[in-house]
Amino acid sequence: MTVVLETRGLDKHFGGIVAANDVSLRIERGARHALIGPNGAGKTTVVNLLTGVLKPTAGQILLDGNDITGLEPHARVRLGIARTFQINQLFADLTPIETLGLAVSERVGHGHDWWRIVGSKPEVTREISELIERFRLGDVMHERTAILPYGKQRLLEIALAIACRPRVLLLDEPAAGVPEDERHEILATVEALPQDVTVLLIEHDMDIIFSFADRISVLVNGALFVEGEPDEVARDPRVRAVYLGEAFDA
Amino acid sequence: MTDPALSLTDAVTAFLARRARWSPLEIAFWLVAASTIWLFPAKHLILTEICIWALFALSLDLILGYAGVISLGHAAFFGLGAYAAGLMGKHGLIAEPLLALVASGIIAAVIGFVTSFLVLRGSDLTRLMVTFGVALILREIANKYSDITGGADGLQGVEIGPVFGRFRFDLFGHTGYVYSLAVLFVLFVVARRIVQSPFGLSLQAIRGNPLRSSAVGIAVNWRLVAIYTLSAGYAGVAGALLAQTQAFASLEMFSIERSADVLLILIIGGTGYLYGGLIGALIYRFLQDYLSELTARYWQFWIGLILVAIVLIGRDRIGRWLAPAQKLAETISQWRPGRARPAAIEKAEP
Repeated sequence: MTVVLETRGLDKHFGGIVAANDVSLRIERGARHALIGPNGAGKTTVVNLLTGVLKPTAGQILLDGNDITGLEPHARVRLGIARTFQINQLFADLTPIETLGLAVSERVGHGHDWWRIVGSKPEVTREISELIERFRLGDVMHERTAILPYGKQRLLEIALAIACRPRVLLLDEPAAGVPEDERHEILATVEALPQDVTVLLIEHDMDIIFSFADRISVLVNGALFVEGEPDEVARDPRVRAVYLGEAFDA
Repeated sequence: MTDPALSLTDAVTAFLARRARWSPLEIAFWLVAASTIWLFPAKHLILTEICIWALFALSLDLILGYAGVISLGHAAFFGLGAYAAGLMGKHGLIAEPLLALVASGIIAAVIGFVTSFLVLRGSDLTRLMVTFGVALILREIANKYSDITGGADGLQGVEIGPVFGRFRFDLFGHTGYVYSLAVLFVLFVVARRIVQSPFGLSLQAIRGNPLRSSAVGIAVNWRLVAIYTLSAGYAGVAGALLAQTQAFASLEMFSIERSADVLLILIIGGTGYLYGGLIGALIYRFLQDYLSELTARYWQFWIGLILVAIVLIGRDRIGRWLAPAQKLAETISQWRPGRARPAAIEKAEP
């Protein structure tokens, strides 16, 4: 297997606080890799470092072996790294059609096109409607995003990342805040992703992690603690002690 | 409509097409505007002023209403355009007014481009101060080089040639009005096209959520530079129009009052739909006319009161009071001959 995304000795300090400490991850092509850890372990910090929202204090990030540490967030998206946010980051005044049209237009290189009307390209509208169908947004596609039910917003959040056609998708707690009975809808869309898309999943829900991931990294206090296959990690006494203890005793 | 996926694509295409279509209400607006050329010849001077304010407010709407960039110094580009056009007229550099107008707009756009990098970073407050500062600097430069600009006395001796070498500017402002209205219309059409392009959509996205915008691959800073440059060019054209129609340029055109007035006009008319600046200019200028007749010295009291009311009550709430009228307008604007109900507004079944 080839490594798609790699970090080498990634550090992030906020003043005196160490949010990421010597994080060296290797994520293989097509992996379903989960990043878990207690609250405040630095999982979202890692995602922010990978996507360029934060600049690391030290260390390197490599995509396909090329150093992308200094690239701006939008440049990394164009190279194929897309993400979803733990708390919805959507465009309140735009409709789902416009939101997805925006992302698709950007991806196919029409983003700076200032003379053509949005949607005048058939391949763009076709892709928007495919995404709308796949994420079951058809009934709300004309509505402003701000007034959509939370579950639909969560679907749009993921659809927007998929619209970037990522090779590496970073999912920051995709099912966060979604009621139990609507979770399967979100997870089904994640599971239906093409096999060659590499997924890094951040999640708290153990059922989701163990049904989805083929590899798990455990982050504690900003540092990688254990990494391995799911059953390996589940058996590891240290992990059980610091993190999984309660979940497994229950 | 047998294939559901196909009809969904149709619905998406129709929705996006409807977004861009000229509604009958808009067409009516411009027909009325054009008819004023023949209907109110005695009002052409004040109507010219309104056109210029409208264009200036439109330029501010491009950055504030679409990209969310606030400015308290937009008069910097207005003044720049005015002096550029005035100097071109005075020294006969470019004799044809329309060419001089374009050149003035380009000059303002160049300075807009250079200063755009100052407004990329920082909060709204930073942007207010930076734009304000730029306007002050330009004003003082114009003041200092009084041998070129005429300093505090203003730029005297401006002579504007006939438009296309044929239509002379007359004392009653007839030529000036047709000229200004035509420029406003053309630049409005261009702006309308731009805000409905993928580029325009990306500006709205940046205003709504810059973090997510960069996460879908938008180069946020470059988009802001682009729209700021364009907006400065528009403001420059507005200033140039004023200099040409009045054959005069003065330091007042750089002033904080002018920057504040244009913001006021845009807020009165509403941001983010392009007509706000036009409607605001109309309301503001006629209100000014009406109120200053009532109470010559204190007319700004009422303007202030209206501003506070609009901001505090909120446009949304006023919009809800006007909801029935709005609904009627929508019904009218969606009506097409020979079709009971347009397919565009039918929602697709999921």
